[in-house]
Amino acid sequence: MSENTSQVANVVVENLRAWNGKAVAEVLEFRGEATLVVPRELLRETAARCLAHPELQFNLLSDATSVDRFPMEPRYEVNYNLVSIPRRDRFRLKVKLSGSDPVVDSLVPVWPGAGWLEREIYDLMGIQFTGHPDLRRILLPEDWVGHPLRRDFPTQGFRDVPSSYIPAFRKPHA
Amino acid sequence: MTTVETPIGSAKTMVLNMGPQHPSTHGVLRIALELDGETVVKADPDLGYLHTGIEKSCEDKTYTQAITLTDRMDYLNPLGNNLVYCLAVEKLLGLEVPKRAQYVRVMLVELQRISSHLVWLGTHAIDLGAMSVFLYCFREREEILKIFELFAGQRMMTSYFRIGGLALDPPAGWRAAIDKFLKMMPSRVDDYETLLTKNRIWMGRTQGIGYISTADAVALSMTGPTLRAAGLAYDNRKIFPYSSYEEFEFDVPTRTESDCFARYMVRVAEMRESLKIVRQAMSKITDDGPVRSLAPGIVPPAREKMKTEMEALIYHFKIFTEGFAPPPGEAFVAVESPRGELGCFVASDGSAKPLRVHFRSPSFINLQALPKIIEGQLISDVIACIGTIDIVLGDVDR
Repeated sequence: MSENTSQVANVVVENLRAWNGKAVAEVLEFRGEATLVVPRELLRETAARCLAHPELQFNLLSDATSVDRFPMEPRYEVNYNLVSIPRRDRFRLKVKLSGSDPVVDSLVPVWPGAGWLEREIYDLMGIQFTGHPDLRRILLPEDWVGHPLRRDFPTQGFRDVPSSYIPAFRKPHA
Repeated sequence: MTTVETPIGSAKTMVLNMGPQHPSTHGVLRIALELDGETVVKADPDLGYLHTGIEKSCEDKTYTQAITLTDRMDYLNPLGNNLVYCLAVEKLLGLEVPKRAQYVRVMLVELQRISSHLVWLGTHAIDLGAMSVFLYCFREREEILKIFELFAGQRMMTSYFRIGGLALDPPAGWRAAIDKFLKMMPSRVDDYETLLTKNRIWMGRTQGIGYISTADAVALSMTGPTLRAAGLAYDNRKIFPYSSYEEFEFDVPTRTESDCFARYMVRVAEMRESLKIVRQAMSKITDDGPVRSLAPGIVPPAREKMKTEMEALIYHFKIFTEGFAPPPGEAFVAVESPRGELGCFVASDGSAKPLRVHFRSPSFINLQALPKIIEGQLISDVIACIGTIDIVLGDVDR
């Protein structure tokens, strides 16, 4: 299985490095899963190449998620799990973001399916996606304070919510 | 609550609030619909009414404790949620599960798929006005839940799959119970088809309704029966097999019309395929053999051993007080849930509690395509379209 995975990683890494020498900063392999760490500036272009290049064809954005490694720096990681349905491959793109500047390019122009996934990450972990057409909270009420999936947000919350509290009704997207 | 929507769009259109307590949303989903007459111009789903922060709660529990939380996400597919979480943690640990346990997992997950499709079929039919199908579907679903009760002692929140195998050996008499169900079920599926497939009202309400092109479905990350009804045979059980699915023979039903009717036909065909898998799994499961891997410190020792062996008692104590610590790393596993690709991402920092647990919930991501599907349709078809995506709000909001 690991041989197979290395092949997948090799195809993608070679293709991306041939296009731009800086596109792949690091290749991580763990338990047969390939993860490519991409510099923040090149994320959208790399993703677009993964989708469009005939040797890659990663047409399905399976999942996007984030990890908070507080108090380590760079604190945040955003992971995109990509699937190529025609080539039956799977790998992960990873971007590392510092705690002081958690901003990254949105991948909605590449995969429209990233829309809600990035809204969820923004809502729960407070990472900003530039170029996202509709970056609002999605699971929590509009007037919620903080981003609960951050490691420095206590599980019990940090304020008392009165029993009479009714969240503001979310206005429809204009 | 003081704020009421200000109308959006031109003066010709009106905004209608559907939900959050609408019966056809099967949970609490609110959709703000902008209507021009009876035609939907714009739709904006509003979620989060069932958000319970399961992913955050997992970070405060040991790896074993978090299993009980997974049951409560997609409450029509608790075993599938157990499976994906256990597979992800097992991958993190590099743990092999005995074949016998893998087959039992496959068998129960396929029964779960049938029961979930039965709930979908019943509620979807009742939304479209076919009351009797609902009663028949829930009658058969009850039989499946009785089987789960036999195995796990619980009808719904089973927590039967554990890291490294199963919670318990399969109970005495399980073969007879499943045999009885397998004898009954094929003719029952035929009965549902008799009631619906050629029914002119059903055809009128579903054919040509809720179309989405294959390209749009892939671009919006749709998976599961919705994508297969659009003509793409993407099924994790075939493409990225897990839990020994590569040893089973079954077809992946697809259609090309990509409307509500096609999704109905795909799900009915999937029930038949699942019955085939359950039958094969039964013949593969041996009468005795281990159902838990041999991993002291991770998998709890047998009860009898604890009374005779000091080490077993120590391991038991350590597992349930401090848990176990997988090596630092990340693992992502995707399985095919009744609704589509259910993924679980677990990151470990080398401590006994997960650094991050994330679930890629198929309901959440498929629901994203709802505006695309219903814009331009009539308001009466919105109900058919929500039903046909088969969302579970517990899974959407987590």
